[in-house]
Formats: sequence, structure tokens, C-alpha cells
Amino acid sequence: MDFAFTDEQRQLQREVRGWLAANYPLDRDWENEDDRWHELAELGWLGGADLSFVEEAILFEETGYALYPGPFLVTVGFALPFLRDDERESVAAGEVKWSAEDRGLVPWLGSVDMVVDSDGNAQEARGEELPTVDPTRPLGRLERTNGTPLPGSRDVARARTAMAAEALGVAQRALELGIAHATTREQFGKPIGVYQAVSHALADTYADVELTRSLVYWAAWCVAEEGEQAPVAAAAAKAFATEAAVKACERSIQVHGGIGFTWELPLHRYYKRALWLEGFGSRPAKLRAEVADALLGVAVTA
Amino acid sequence: MDLRDTPDEAEFRAELRAWLEANLPEERRGWRGGEQRFGDDFGREWSRKLYEAGYAGLTWPKEYGGAGSPYSYQAIFYEEMALAQAPGHVGVIGLGMAGPTIIAHGTEAQKEAHLAKILSAEEIWCQGFSEPDAGSDLAAARTRAERKGKVYVVNGQKVWSSFAHIADFCILVTLSDPSAPRYKGLTYLIVDMHAPGVEVRPLRQITGEAEFNEIFFTDVEVPVSNRLGEENDGWNVAMTTLLHERGTLGFALTAALDVSVGRLVANAREHGNGDAGMRERVAAEWIELQALRYTNYRSLGTLQRTGVPGPEGSAIKLRWSEQNQRLTKLGRELLGAEGILDDGWWHYQQLRSRGNTIEAGTSEVLRNIVAERVLGLPRSR
Repeated sequence: MDFAFTDEQRQLQREVRGWLAANYPLDRDWENEDDRWHELAELGWLGGADLSFVEEAILFEETGYALYPGPFLVTVGFALPFLRDDERESVAAGEVKWSAEDRGLVPWLGSVDMVVDSDGNAQEARGEELPTVDPTRPLGRLERTNGTPLPGSRDVARARTAMAAEALGVAQRALELGIAHATTREQFGKPIGVYQAVSHALADTYADVELTRSLVYWAAWCVAEEGEQAPVAAAAAKAFATEAAVKACERSIQVHGGIGFTWELPLHRYYKRALWLEGFGSRPAKLRAEVADALLGVAVTA
Repeated sequence: MDLRDTPDEAEFRAELRAWLEANLPEERRGWRGGEQRFGDDFGREWSRKLYEAGYAGLTWPKEYGGAGSPYSYQAIFYEEMALAQAPGHVGVIGLGMAGPTIIAHGTEAQKEAHLAKILSAEEIWCQGFSEPDAGSDLAAARTRAERKGKVYVVNGQKVWSSFAHIADFCILVTLSDPSAPRYKGLTYLIVDMHAPGVEVRPLRQITGEAEFNEIFFTDVEVPVSNRLGEENDGWNVAMTTLLHERGTLGFALTAALDVSVGRLVANAREHGNGDAGMRERVAAEWIELQALRYTNYRSLGTLQRTGVPGPEGSAIKLRWSEQNQRLTKLGRELLGAEGILDDGWWHYQQLRSRGNTIEAGTSEVLRNIVAERVLGLPRSR
């Protein structure tokens, strides 16, 4: 057993983080973002590089860490398993963006070209788009037509693990922002990180982040290997990771004090991404109920 | 990244499983821990069997009687022991703390004298670190060691020493130079627990049992040849001990938790299966267990790659202790009145778990360690 990234995977992680940091720095113009979709295609992230899901999980983690704005999660995380080979090729080339309907809602409906509807048919992306808590992630209501059948099927474990990996990146960044502030901000003549009420909150976030990381990589490995445990691992990872991301942001906001509550600091954008990830798909309590079903069998009413 | 066993690991696992099946008596499975660890001779007998079969000191170098195996074998060992609900080797302090410290700092004579006997449970060891006025603050130790020719004369008191009442030797942190600056006046000794002047008094704890002891030292003569490391360099030696305590602890703790979560799931199937709230809490504990399990694996991956456990390991004991408190409470709650009956498994475990966030580094100290050494926050002291 070896639960560590290979040298190639570590290299990929460095490259991905570097590219995202260069193009999506924290001091960017948040109101006018370009998703650089064709560059993603050139980098091979849209299927061109033939990455395993463990490597794709690295991409999702890093896009969460950088708060990448485009519909990468839905195109690669949600829609890809449904598609025909020629459709995958057009995705890999950066020509077509896809999303997938989940309980009547379609993320990024207004900015994708095609949608996999809840019956697994392909539809053109048409309908009303609604803003959400995360301004970069609207949800739309699809105007249904009959659609064209697609060969693949929904891979719930893959989609959930992709969201969990994004949440991991969000949590890690919220922690780092909190550490940076606690190290530099002085009150009562000392950096506030010397006060244990502050440092212990960050230590707790660290523990949450590391446990999250373990669950996310485990789930990603199970999905990549199509292991039996993939559904339960993915449910566990999404429940744990999204709650950890929300908590990490909330603690970081508290550690920042007043500035943490402002629009100026990007931390609120991480918080909103975390809330979106927690709320979309199945909520944590529902996921734990699924895990309970797997462990205990379906509930019998007493 | 590959979570599957390699062919060698799979073979080791299969052999171990078969060996446990053949050698572990049915009535010894599912032990409760606590005083049971000392209660009868089975502990030593079982430890000796583990040793003879080659399962003690798996990662110790071959020259010292170990198997020289990679750390993954130790992980497999704990997993299989948990699966079989097998009692562990009684030489916890010797295997996990004294032995590695002797390997790192001991003289050839000390290695020769003790290492094989630690593995075979011929020698049981205890730890003399904490004192009434030096708990989390080890450097405040006041147990005196005065050099008189070829011996140190030791006077003082230690507390919270598990196994002391059955131990043959003690790893002892003493104050050898009271005038030296903090951290610079400590000396680390190996003390014969059968020597004149050593007195052990059991310490009755919250469960009613006495797993821990106080040790009193009155003019105990310890040969200078029993010193580990240099005189007044005991702090560094003690750090080796604590590094090993925390480094190898994670797998053992998670293995024990695995057994408890298994029992929790079994209890939940019988009781409270229709209670959605209970079901969700059971699922949450199972998820946290997986998170700890794979955090151990990641730390192990770093250890195998670099020789040092990964920083993520520092979160394991912290989270394990809190989880054990939650899950023992949940187990007792699930059983209703049955859960508070005396002799009940869960209420005993719940009481015992209160010690988990205090022993082997309080949660407050562990959070300081994470904050300062892992996150790089400014020191609070």
C-alpha cells in the first residue's frame, strides 16, 4: 500500500497551482473574470491529457483553492461520463461546454452549450438562469425538449468526489488566509496568533483539512479504480469536506475580525463557494443517511 | 498511490490472519482494555507468542531482534489485530518508547541488555516523565539525580505511570543540574524498578480501576552506565521518546477505534435502528474513523518516503481522543438503561475516554504543537 502521490502527480499539482496562481491571483478583478477555456483545453484538463480520476481530483482541489470561475466542475466532473467519444473529443478540444441537471437545476446553464438532463439525454442549454449565493455559480431551470439519448450514465460518486475535492481546496485556502492574518496582525503588542483562542481555532481547522484530504484522496482512488467502496467513500467525502470547508471559512472570518466581514477581502468568496458546494447535490445529513443505510441496512421503523 | 497490498504485503497479511486464527483463544477476543492489561499472566504469554512468531518489533532493525520490515507491515499488523479483536503486546512502553530511544541513544551494552527482552516481554517497562508539578511542562521535572562516583542517587516522585506496578524498568527524566538553564539540566536514566528505594502506589482513577501509578524514589542508586545519552542532555533524549510515542501511536489508536466502531454498528442494528438521528451519528463516527485511517496511511506514505512521519500525523491523536469520547457516549446512549448497568462495556469506555484528551499530550498542548510547529504561528510562550 502506498497512499502518497507519485512524483508525476506531485509535479502535476505544482504546475496546476502555478498556472492558476498566475492567472487567478487573489487581487484579480473579481467582477470581470475570463474562464480561459481554450487554455484549459491546451493544458489537457478537459480530457485531452487522459488523466486518471486521482489526477482530476488534483485539478478540482486546485480550482477550489484558486476559486477558478468557469464550468470545469460540471463539464469534467458531472457530464463527461455520459458522453460519446466524439462528444468527449469536442469537450477535450475546448469546443463544447457541458453541464448536467440535478433535481431540476442546472449549474451554469447560461454559460454552457449543452446539458445532460435528468433522464440522461442531451439537450441544448436553454432556460432561465437564477443567481445563487456564489455569484460565479448560477443555477438554471432547463427548458426541456425531448433531447437525444446519450450512451453513458450518471456517475454520482465521481460528481460528489469532484465537489469534495473543490471543498478541500477552499478549506486549505481559508486556513492559509487565517494563518497569514494571525501571523501579521498585531493587537496588545503581539501578533494575534500567540493567543491560544486564535491559534487553537486554526489548529482545529488544520485537523479538519487533513482529515478531509484523506477522505477526498481515498474517494478519488476508489472512483478511479471503480472500487466497490466508491459510492460510500464519495458520500463520506462530500459530507465531511463541504462541512469542513464551511467551518474553515467561518473560523477564518472570525480570526480576521472586522476585515473578515468586508467585501474587500476575498475570504467571503471562499465562504460562498463552500456554501454552494455544501448545498448543491445532496446535503451532508442526507449523505450520512446514505452511509448509515450502507452500514446498518435500510431503517426499520421502531 | 495504490491502496492495495503489494504481493508481499498480501502474503504477510494472510499469514498473520491464519496465525491469529490458530493461536488466539476465542475467549480472549474483544478485550475491554484497562486493568485487564495487567490482570493475569495471559498478557505476557500472548506477548511472548507474538514475539516468537516474529510479530513484535516489526520495524525494528534485524540486529536488535526486530523484523526490519517496512512501516506498512506495522500498519497491517494493527489492522489484522483489530479485525481479530486480539489483545496487544503488553510491552507498550518498551516497544513504542523505551526501545526506540535505546536504539537511538543507547550504548551497545544497553542495547544488548534490553532490546530482545523488551520484544519477548521478558522485561516490562514503564515511563517516569510526569510529576505532580510537571504535567504538560516536562522541563519542570524536579526528581533529583545527584552524581556520586559511579552512581546517580535519585530522589523524587513521578505520577501517571502505567505498568509501573508490574514493570521491571523505568525510563526516567531527572533533574541533574538545578542551576542550569531550562532544558539544559535534565538527565535521562534507565532505572531498575526492583532496586531498593523504589516504591509504587497504584492510582485509582475515574473508572475505579488502577491502570496508573505513582512512583516514589528514595535514595535509589542508579549506575552511571544506565544513563541514556549525555549528562544534562536528557531533554533531547526525551524528545526522541515522545516523537516515537506520537509517531507510531496513530495506527494503534485507530485500530482500537475500528473495534469500537464495529461494536457501535452492531449495537445500532439492534437498538435505535429506526432512529434517524442515531443513524446519522453512527454514520458520522464511521466517516471520521475512515478519515483517521487514511490520514494514518498518508502519514505512513511520507514516513516511507522521507524517514519522518508527515505533519498530518500530529492531528491524529487530537481527533482520535475526541472521537473516542463522542462514540463511547453514543454507544452508551444507544443502549438506554442497559448502557448504564454496571459492568457495561460502553459506560466503562466512556469514563475511560475522559483520560484520552489528557494522556500522552493534552489536547491543549497538541493544539499548541500544531499551531507552532506545523502552521508556523508565533509561539505563545
